[in-house]
Amino acid sequence: MTIENQARTALATPQHGPLLSVRNLRTEFELRRWVFGRAGFVRAVDGVSFELKRGEAIAVVGESGCGKSSLAKTILGLYRPSQGEVFFEGKNLAGLNGRDMRWYRSEVGYVQQDPYGALPPFMPVRRILEEPLIINGVGSKTERERRIREVLEEVRLTPVADLLPKFPHMLSGGQQQRVVIARAMILRPKLLVADEPVSMLDASVRVEILELLRGLQRAHNLGVIYITHDLSSVRHFSERIFVMYAGKIIEKAEVRELIRNPLHPYTRALLAAIPDPDPENVHIFKPVPPGEPPSLLQPPAACRFHPRCPEFMKGLCDVEDPPDFEPVPGHFVMCWLYR
Amino acid sequence: MSPTPLLRVEDLRLYFGTTGGVVRAVDGVSFELEHNQALVILGESGCGKSSLARALLRLLPRNVQTYTGRVFVNGTDVMKLDDERFRREMRWTTISLVPQAAMNALNPVVKVGDQVAEPLMVHRGLEKEAGWQRAREMLQRVGLPADFLKRYPFELSGGMRQRTALAMALVAKPQLVVLDEPTSALDVLTQANIMNVLKEIRRELETSFILITHDVATSSELADRVAVMYAGQVVELSDAARFFGRPLHPYSQKLMDSVPRLREDKKLEFIPGEPPNLMNPPAGCRFAPRCSFRFERCDQEPPLIDSGDGRRVRCWLYDSTVSSSESRVSI
Repeated sequence: MTIENQARTALATPQHGPLLSVRNLRTEFELRRWVFGRAGFVRAVDGVSFELKRGEAIAVVGESGCGKSSLAKTILGLYRPSQGEVFFEGKNLAGLNGRDMRWYRSEVGYVQQDPYGALPPFMPVRRILEEPLIINGVGSKTERERRIREVLEEVRLTPVADLLPKFPHMLSGGQQQRVVIARAMILRPKLLVADEPVSMLDASVRVEILELLRGLQRAHNLGVIYITHDLSSVRHFSERIFVMYAGKIIEKAEVRELIRNPLHPYTRALLAAIPDPDPENVHIFKPVPPGEPPSLLQPPAACRFHPRCPEFMKGLCDVEDPPDFEPVPGHFVMCWLYR
Repeated sequence: MSPTPLLRVEDLRLYFGTTGGVVRAVDGVSFELEHNQALVILGESGCGKSSLARALLRLLPRNVQTYTGRVFVNGTDVMKLDDERFRREMRWTTISLVPQAAMNALNPVVKVGDQVAEPLMVHRGLEKEAGWQRAREMLQRVGLPADFLKRYPFELSGGMRQRTALAMALVAKPQLVVLDEPTSALDVLTQANIMNVLKEIRRELETSFILITHDVATSSELADRVAVMYAGQVVELSDAARFFGRPLHPYSQKLMDSVPRLREDKKLEFIPGEPPNLMNPPAGCRFAPRCSFRFERCDQEPPLIDSGDGRRVRCWLYDSTVSSSESRVSI
């Protein structure tokens, strides 16, 4: 399918309504014992629902193993959900055939965590960026060259002519990540999924890359799903924060609201644990909930946080799964405290 | 201040020979550390901070080209000790190291108890019984249950393994523990936990720490003093209070301004350009090509200049002999 065809498809779809709609999504991985035996399921994503508007950036925050990357990969269509649906511009991902899937992949850019691992080491930058264009049958050689130069300018990898023949190992970490972003942007997607885009980079480079992503989001009215464990960078680069714990989104709110008024006991603990550079920290012992995040193979019944929760209510939190409550308009929390 | 510092490092250099040339990873580093003090060595990847840890513990790879300078521990120049004596007298018992990714450095097929007790059995000549007893105490101190002694590292989570490595480094009661990025691979809550443990240990055991990290925010949890490294050199040495208030060196300032803060809305900065190649660092000030305060003087290499209030900074802006126009007014 060519870019022109895509444009037609895009015109045919209504521009109102959410860009992405995720409904009760569940992603499970089967653990096999020997060949046929089944050891159980790891439920990495467990009943996640949300909507993403055009041009909106959301951050999915959580600790390692909470399922945030599995959520990203399910949205990208790399994992098949075992339950629930993902709708992109009103189309159900599950119903897409091979050709439609290629269209979907051209509409959604993926920025991986480890830029060096994400770039083929044997391809020069020009080839890395040309591949998606060739696969999607875009234009002539000169048109492709023009688009490659345009996108490299956009991610500020200049002078472009110097960069084109280089191989990934010849670039710094920041430059590699820019190539990854350029590749994600080259087919003019409407949605960008960035999985820990800066966690491998130095502090002084991080801000530059995050600002670049923010700039692209605004210039192209992109929806962005920003997966991260770093809550303090999130406030500058997204509109809403989703906090994930053991496969569930336990709290959703606007950035400022969530940081100012965290409701879930887990979110509170997480925020309290994050230091700002301050010499006073030396004298302060941080309250940390006991224990570790649960195994997703056999998570605790009902509220997944109840064994570690300082507000644990016996007979409720360990018996019944808390639904989403909305104690403040637009601020959702899965916790019985707000019933 | 005690008369002899625990550690005094003078002009330490560690160069590696590679096919491409000589990499000057540690290039003339000097600092002091008092007893029961925590020094943070702050720097970004490739600045030489981990090489500095290796140089202090003399854990050197094969391709060392230059290893010079003086390292005084309690007044004795340990660079003069031969390798065998250094190993016997210094490692584990006087200085110990929690290496980077220590949680993956444990032997997966040796019980936690044996690994934690090993420094005692090897260096202090303790029997297994007594070694395990001390290991048990140390595990409890870092917040692990005593029955972990009989477990294997693969049964533990990352945070627990990190604590095990810490217990191992502390078990022979060294005066100085060097921690290389102790929390960088851990989650926020685990990180806060480990920092709590380190703070407690400092109060109880009076151990000195050198904390090597790239994480400005976390470093403020333990630091009494801060040394900032850039391109193999220390560019700023300061007490923590004033450093985290406002650092002096233009690089430190930019670094501080690039750290996102959770509780404060602040415009974030970044440093344009890349850190220099340590094979061929720029002549003069190594930060000059990226510095917004650059002036003619920066073509010469600045020494560590005393800023007048006990802080030291490798920047001509703080030299009292610099003439008026580009002087400290601009900072």
